[in-house]
Amino acid sequence: MDHTTEPAHPPDHGAADHDAAHHVNAHVKGYVLVGALLAFCTALTVGLSYVNFGTPGANIIVAMVLATFKVGCVGAIFMHLKSEKWTIYRILLITVLFAIGLFALTGLAFHDPIRY
Amino acid sequence: MAFTSFEFLISPFGGLRVSTENFEFINMEIPYTVTARPDTGLYNAKIGIWLFLASEVMLFGGLFSAYVFLRVGAQPGYWPHGLLNVPVGTMNTLLLIGSSVTVVLAWASLKMRQFTQYKIWMAITIVCGLIFLVVKLTIEWPAKFHHFGAYIKTEDLAKYEPYLGNNYLAAKGLQPRVEITGDLLNEEALKDDSIKEYDINADAIYADPTNPAMDRPTFWLRPLSGKTIVVQKSDVDYASMFYPRHSAYFQVYFLITGLHGLHVLAGLIVFTYFWLPVGSKLYKQNPEHLANRIEVVGLFWHFVDLVWIFVFPLFYLL
Repeated sequence: MDHTTEPAHPPDHGAADHDAAHHVNAHVKGYVLVGALLAFCTALTVGLSYVNFGTPGANIIVAMVLATFKVGCVGAIFMHLKSEKWTIYRILLITVLFAIGLFALTGLAFHDPIRY
Repeated sequence: MAFTSFEFLISPFGGLRVSTENFEFINMEIPYTVTARPDTGLYNAKIGIWLFLASEVMLFGGLFSAYVFLRVGAQPGYWPHGLLNVPVGTMNTLLLIGSSVTVVLAWASLKMRQFTQYKIWMAITIVCGLIFLVVKLTIEWPAKFHHFGAYIKTEDLAKYEPYLGNNYLAAKGLQPRVEITGDLLNEEALKDDSIKEYDINADAIYADPTNPAMDRPTFWLRPLSGKTIVVQKSDVDYASMFYPRHSAYFQVYFLITGLHGLHVLAGLIVFTYFWLPVGSKLYKQNPEHLANRIEVVGLFWHFVDLVWIFVFPLFYLL
């Protein structure tokens, strides 16, 4: 199959476009709600940073858990990763593996046996 | 496909000559900008932007891992806290989150063929991004450039105990203070070796170092103390304005926020391009094409938001 050329643009007023518009319209309220949730989580992050959880490490973990939740919301809803094609999941999977490797290398640096 | 005989020839006189055999490629239409490619199920630009974002993850991942490395390896007291303005940072975070919402609403408006709505949401997005950059460049960064810090030598810390309160901090199990910060009253001292001291209008924390309210330093929320602390240069390990050279903290702070700022600027340029008549023209030709373009730049913008979601707590709050 020749994938180098695109078929002629489909007509813009077809039933498929109408369905797509209806599908998007159903998600608009969700986008606004997620935005409000993210704003709330931001305020929560600031508030919790003033709470002493015992150790600085505990405060960092709390803040990072909240940040990860926010990133998950943006990725899943705004970037549509909640229902995306496998091609993109595959790209992201490889990226995540390399990113984990990158941070693992940083972690290994703290176990470097060389001492001066 | 016409893109078959394009070739560059380097002439013996050093010039670049382009073969004129076939220029049809200039008018070549990029395929699958609107409909999905059958084998991937996606239009080409979407795969392109995700591959780009994958590389961006590695770029910022490297910088964040450097941040972790520097922070974990910092000696007690040498990783500053409270140097950034939390309310301003919070406002900027909300601006970026808000712009993420408005850009996805702009895309949704195009999918629903509501061009006027698209223009409005996109305009709000651009304004949010502009405010973010203006605040960063006119308030946050300049405020640091006018602030000064002097790291005291370990053996001389006791001399400055009334300002540092390290005995009090040690009793509470908190990290020591090894730096005195504030406005440098005699800036010429930075260059003139004949001046033997720094006169610092100190931050409030040094006027009342044993006040429990100062346990969590928040320099930028409080006015300067008005109290001048004279620090002898001979007692100072290192002194600098709050430039990148001041500390590993500011190096990584300026690098990450600067790179992030460039990404914001890039997003704004593309948003503005599609907000101008170019967008209107493309919409009239093929609205779905414009929607796809906005989706792609929107994905980039969301990534910029994601980076900031980690920058904010790591630099401003922790």
